[in-house]
Amino acid sequence: MSQDLLGKRVVITGGASGIGAGAVAAFHAAGAQVMVADLDAERGQALARQLGPTVRFQRCNVAVEADVAALIGRAREELGGIDCLWNNAGMLGEYGKAETHSWEGYRQLFDVVVGGSVLGIKHAAPIMKEQKQGCIINTASIAGLLSGYGSHLYTAAKHAVIGLTRSAATELGRHFVRVNAIAPGAILTPLIFAAEGGGPEAEASARAILPKVQPVPRAGLPEDVAALGVFLASDRASFINGAIIPVDGGASAGLPWNPLYEGRQQ
Amino acid sequence: MRFQEKVVLVTGGGGVIGRTTSGMFAAEGARVVVTDASVADGEATVRGITDGGGRAMFVKGDVTDPASVAAIIQAAVREYGRLDCAFNNAGMNLSEDNDWNPAAFEKLMAVNTTGVMYCMKYEIEAMLQNGGGTIVNNASVNGLVGSPLQPGYAASKHAVVGLTRTGALRYARQNIRVNAVCPGATRSVMTSKAMAISEEVSRLITNMAPMGRLAEPEEVGEAVLWLCSRQSSFVTGHALAVDGGYVAG
Repeated sequence: MSQDLLGKRVVITGGASGIGAGAVAAFHAAGAQVMVADLDAERGQALARQLGPTVRFQRCNVAVEADVAALIGRAREELGGIDCLWNNAGMLGEYGKAETHSWEGYRQLFDVVVGGSVLGIKHAAPIMKEQKQGCIINTASIAGLLSGYGSHLYTAAKHAVIGLTRSAATELGRHFVRVNAIAPGAILTPLIFAAEGGGPEAEASARAILPKVQPVPRAGLPEDVAALGVFLASDRASFINGAIIPVDGGASAGLPWNPLYEGRQQ
Repeated sequence: MRFQEKVVLVTGGGGVIGRTTSGMFAAEGARVVVTDASVADGEATVRGITDGGGRAMFVKGDVTDPASVAAIIQAAVREYGRLDCAFNNAGMNLSEDNDWNPAAFEKLMAVNTTGVMYCMKYEIEAMLQNGGGTIVNNASVNGLVGSPLQPGYAASKHAVVGLTRTGALRYARQNIRVNAVCPGATRSVMTSKAMAISEEVSRLITNMAPMGRLAEPEEVGEAVLWLCSRQSSFVTGHALAVDGGYVAG
């Protein structure tokens, strides 16, 4: 295993499950000290215990500024600085036709998905600027690039994360703080199971469907997304800034190859 | 050592980005096939690798000639038995392009676009023989955004992104991934020529990116290696900007 992140001090929000938990494991394996933030204290503490003393847990609701300030403050104090903040916490929010959306549902989703990233950047930026180095990763989504991959609200919120990423990158790049977004496609996580209706049947259905929803004929996994995060947080990516990088098996590149085209090959 | 025993082709391997990336692949265990139109430049890259104990061979080639491209790939497979990765990096710009010069336009399309198409065609044929592979095309930031002074360069590089996406979609099921790397101004011969025009142009190029500096060729190489590595096995059809934030705004 490479130690590309040896000595790096990292905060990952939404780190207790799904893509976030995959990220925590990958960053830990690459040598980083990780502070896991999540609403789910039980799961987050269990993950930290399992991985050992270089992984800490802090309960955090990213939609609450005091929580985010406390998280970043603790990371700075206990880790001595922050080399990478991964704003990963998210939720799916309300589904339904345009006329069914509630204002409260909109606010809740935007507070978590967009607000969480805004607050993370706000509180980490001064520390990283002072360090004259840092890396911020935002979890966007293929739904931040294209419609048809989530509800109206989710699509809008993830598009906003991409706009925020680009805008912050142009300001913070001057201070050697890089800001990038990862746009996962369909990834085998509890969020996908929930989108399928929840429960073991939903999980089985997701496992069966996911290899077919993008050109690469296998399901996307949290470790696929985590591997890009490790690369972006490493010194190898020192000039990558403002990039929006899909981890989607080619889904956003265009329509997949269709077996119906086979006849055209003759 | 992410590329132990892998066979990697680098076109334009005599240039700064090509040479640096070739060396980085070799340092991670790859056998590198360096091709370039210039024998002196390509052989210098190979010498740099073999002197350091790495493995590499030079094949003179012209990416605008399909027979020459086919011969490069054949030579690679003959010598090393297979082809796992390719970095289609050969490319150029021309000052006459600034004047919407038809001859310059044709030349840029032939080298930057058609050359990549020929390379992909024969690389994919070889990769299908051994169960898959990874291709990275060098598309430049001008594959993503326009350039006021370089119509032919921008058009030819945008076309490389189209080839990248199409190749990715077409061959994903056969375990071939195709991505592009889009470097901003990089510390290279091509950039120094442009910067030599005047102090003002030099400052402009340096400050183009929010990070306020040029890309080092190693930074481009790292992106190429990552896209060729197993760590990116769910990433295909993407044009990755390595530009310090230039295309972000």
